[in-house]
Amino acid sequence: MSNKYADRSRVVRVIFIVVFALFVGRLAMLQLFSSEYKEKAEQQSLRNITQYPARGFIYDRNGKLLVHNEAVYDLMVIPRMVKDLDTNLFCKSLGITRDDFDERMLKARKYSPYSSSIFIKQISKEEYARFENKMYRFKGFYISQRTLRIYDRPIAAQVLGYVGEVNDADLKRDSYYRMGDYIGKSGIEKSYEEVLRGVKGKKVMHVDVHSREIGPYRNGAFDTLPIEGSNLYTTLDADLQAYAEDLMANKRGCVVAIEPSTGEVLAMVSAPTYDPNLLVGRIRGKNYVMLNTDIAKPMLNRALMGQYPPGSIFKVAQAMTALDLGVITPNTGFVCDKHPGCHNHPSARSVREAIKMSCNPYFYQVYRRVIQQGKYKNIYKDSQYGLTVWHDYMLRFGFGQKLDIDLPKTGMSTGNIPDTAYYNRWYGKERWAFSTIYSNSIGQGEVTVVPIQMANLAAIVANHGWYITPHVVRFYGNDSIQDEKYKIRHETGIKKEYFDIAADGMYDVVHVAGGTARRARVDGLDICGKTGTAENYGNDHSVFIAFAPKNNPKIALAVYVENAQGGGGSWAAPIAGLIIEKYLNGEVKRKDVEKMYREINPCQKLPLTRRVKKKK
Amino acid sequence: MYQEKLKYDWLTIGLYFAIMLFGWINIYAAGYSEGHTGLFDFSVQHGKQIIWIAIALFLAAVIVLTEPRVFSNTAYAIYGIVIALLVVTLFIATVTKGGKSWIDFGAFKFQPSEFAKFATALVVAKYMSAIDIDMKNMRTKMVVAALVVIPAALIFLQHDTGSALVFLGFIFPLYREGLSGNILVIGVTAIILFVLALLVDKFILLAAIAAIAALYLFVWLNKRTSHDYWRTIIIAVCCAAFVFSVDFVFNSILEPHQRERIDVLLGKSEDLQGSGYNVNQSKIAIGSGGLFGKGFLNGTLTKADFVPEQETDFIFCTVGEEWGFLGCVVLLVLYTLLLQRLIVMAERQRSTFARVYGYSVASILFIHLFVNVGMVLGLVPVIGIPLPYFSYGGSSLLAFTILLFIFIRQDASKNQLL
Repeated sequence: MSNKYADRSRVVRVIFIVVFALFVGRLAMLQLFSSEYKEKAEQQSLRNITQYPARGFIYDRNGKLLVHNEAVYDLMVIPRMVKDLDTNLFCKSLGITRDDFDERMLKARKYSPYSSSIFIKQISKEEYARFENKMYRFKGFYISQRTLRIYDRPIAAQVLGYVGEVNDADLKRDSYYRMGDYIGKSGIEKSYEEVLRGVKGKKVMHVDVHSREIGPYRNGAFDTLPIEGSNLYTTLDADLQAYAEDLMANKRGCVVAIEPSTGEVLAMVSAPTYDPNLLVGRIRGKNYVMLNTDIAKPMLNRALMGQYPPGSIFKVAQAMTALDLGVITPNTGFVCDKHPGCHNHPSARSVREAIKMSCNPYFYQVYRRVIQQGKYKNIYKDSQYGLTVWHDYMLRFGFGQKLDIDLPKTGMSTGNIPDTAYYNRWYGKERWAFSTIYSNSIGQGEVTVVPIQMANLAAIVANHGWYITPHVVRFYGNDSIQDEKYKIRHETGIKKEYFDIAADGMYDVVHVAGGTARRARVDGLDICGKTGTAENYGNDHSVFIAFAPKNNPKIALAVYVENAQGGGGSWAAPIAGLIIEKYLNGEVKRKDVEKMYREINPCQKLPLTRRVKKKK
Repeated sequence: MYQEKLKYDWLTIGLYFAIMLFGWINIYAAGYSEGHTGLFDFSVQHGKQIIWIAIALFLAAVIVLTEPRVFSNTAYAIYGIVIALLVVTLFIATVTKGGKSWIDFGAFKFQPSEFAKFATALVVAKYMSAIDIDMKNMRTKMVVAALVVIPAALIFLQHDTGSALVFLGFIFPLYREGLSGNILVIGVTAIILFVLALLVDKFILLAAIAAIAALYLFVWLNKRTSHDYWRTIIIAVCCAAFVFSVDFVFNSILEPHQRERIDVLLGKSEDLQGSGYNVNQSKIAIGSGGLFGKGFLNGTLTKADFVPEQETDFIFCTVGEEWGFLGCVVLLVLYTLLLQRLIVMAERQRSTFARVYGYSVASILFIHLFVNVGMVLGLVPVIGIPLPYFSYGGSSLLAFTILLFIFIRQDASKNQLL
């Protein structure tokens, strides 16, 4: 029986042979006669390498360097390539422990054994110099150069901002960025990111079996060179900025100084501040947490983000508005009946005197005439009309809105100038009148302003009726590009001669007996100023705005000192005086005054963080 | 009667060693990128494979020292144990790559389905060697079919379609023992119709079937009897019914990933990220090898995880990339020689048991080779199944070694008195 079907073995053997032939034919097709798969294989062994451009430098208005870059070195490793490593020597040269080494190596190996990953980030030039000559002994390791921001002087931290790694939101928003790229996170670094960052370049490299780069693909036909970031020339005066920051040490508050004729910000201080170099490199993470959790909020730019009741400073704007409306004349006088409460002084017989003495009842009356103009019989309707007119004036002064400064808008405050809708919400339509809202007249109540708006008010008075939107960058790039919107004059539409009265009144504040800010006086300089005391839940804030000189003003500023005992005249005014003296005279002669205000803490009761020292 | 000295077939043993060694070299190369440790690092795959090879050789030695009739006598017992294990596996198996065919023993995992192959080969051979067996007999056919289908079905239930398909290989020994050759014709016809039904419009296909039937009847046949008419019509109707059932089988019985794999194979779907990815990558890797290959350890794609499963089911890619066309042909020649040699050996057996067993061994190896290499070359849908003696993996190496050496032992004593 066994041999009955013996012939069938041939059928089986032929089937086996046929399949063999089929496979050989298919292999020949794939391997010998088709180039399609070879090309695809080639694609898989190419690598794109990004070439990072250097970030643009940042200068101050006098060409002094504020920010530049420094080369740092990332130590890269391809775990598979590491051979015969003298681990002991390696660790010693880098100053790391054996455990640290093992951990980093494991991490790199886990990421990928055959492609490169960062072994140690951001090694300084000095550290690198110590083991550079030993690098040849560490097979599998190589150096990749990167740049870090260096802030030449530890000033203007909140204005300059900082640079950090992109987050998911950045990656989604802009396809330019890749994981691990750096981006401006705040301040100028953020608002001018696209100017500063430049354009990344690309290199296409052949890689061999060990993932080593062999050479450029097609002689670099697909490569692009990186384009360096443009340099920025800011409006800041580095010396003035440093001086103002020094004066604001031990205090909370802010200083904004503007050149009135151009709207250029000369100094913008927010105290307490920090050394911007703290947020660079490997120490960044640790310091960021420290700064971010500090209750004094050193990373907050109070000049833009703070909202305060304006206090008496607001009276200047009220006087201008009333004069322009014609509800008072320059020589209108009101009796100081101590309602609302006032300090002891003779009654003001003119607007100029009222500003000098900062008489509360006077401006109560002024505001009443603005709000209740007698256009309607109904007192509620009349107040509604008056408030609408007034609101429009306040907006022309730049209040109640984010000034279009060239810094990130996020977190910026608008301040509050209440309109009819605002009070209708609170009290109901036609349920409120002047008597409900009179606190606004003296800068209290529902009104709040942002320090930069107050500095801008000083600039408006200095310019006699107009302002250019404050900005911190003059121009950038090789072509000195300037933003057109910072050439536009914003007019208040109020007659120039009324501002003469305001300027005279503010001159008297500082220079004439009975003025509220005699401490701001500097011999030889005609400073015009106005004090304010912003009532607050804690101690009042001391506020002062000023400009100087009276004719052809060069500087207008606002100074805020938070929770300072004694009103605007006692703290903010003398500090403003020192800053003006520094800017106009180049140096401060009154060393004793300078020393006093630098060292004294306006309120020792509150926990204040001292200026943070750079940690290495 | 006299006792002749045992004559081992050294050619087969040599081929076995050659394939296994070549396989190990490629496992080493495929795993080389991962931190390249020493040859004897037993924590990586090429190191573990050394242990498996050692165990396999030990088992081979044990089998060689065993009396051959032990296997024929215990065939039913072994079969029973394996069936029991398969049932148990269904309940306690850990899920690996979507299948439930592994029993976990901690350090090593064990796949009973691998051992079902030689157990079934033994039991089929044992049954066929009984005196009253005739493949024309319906009862015989049913019993043999049951013996083959039971383990195949259990393995299919473990979602190990590849290993279940291997049992189709038993068609060859049964054909050799007298099963009608029509079964091969029917099988091939079914596959062709299945593929055509998926690719071509059904009514065109029906027209074609009718046309072929008509050609056969009126052109091919000189003398026509009514019997011819009826037979042709019945076959044509069966084909037509099969064509219409394809959609149902394809959409309702096959799992989505299997449908996808067939679509990819037929070029109906690209899906380079999903099921098409493996095949595409494997074709690229093989295609880039060219005539001579890139050289040992110089493959770029079979490292770096460009090709998935590169040590197990897709190990042939490494051969293709690093050893090129020549290396692939050499490997295929080694396999073909082994298969031809096994058939020659089977034919020279004096016992039916040994002959049927020999055919089963050759057929099981053949199906593995066909499905695995066919898959890697993009000729067969992706079905996870190892390349015998070549792929990384302990269970399969041990099972294939046992399978082969039982036959070598039978062959060695073929001239001894039974």
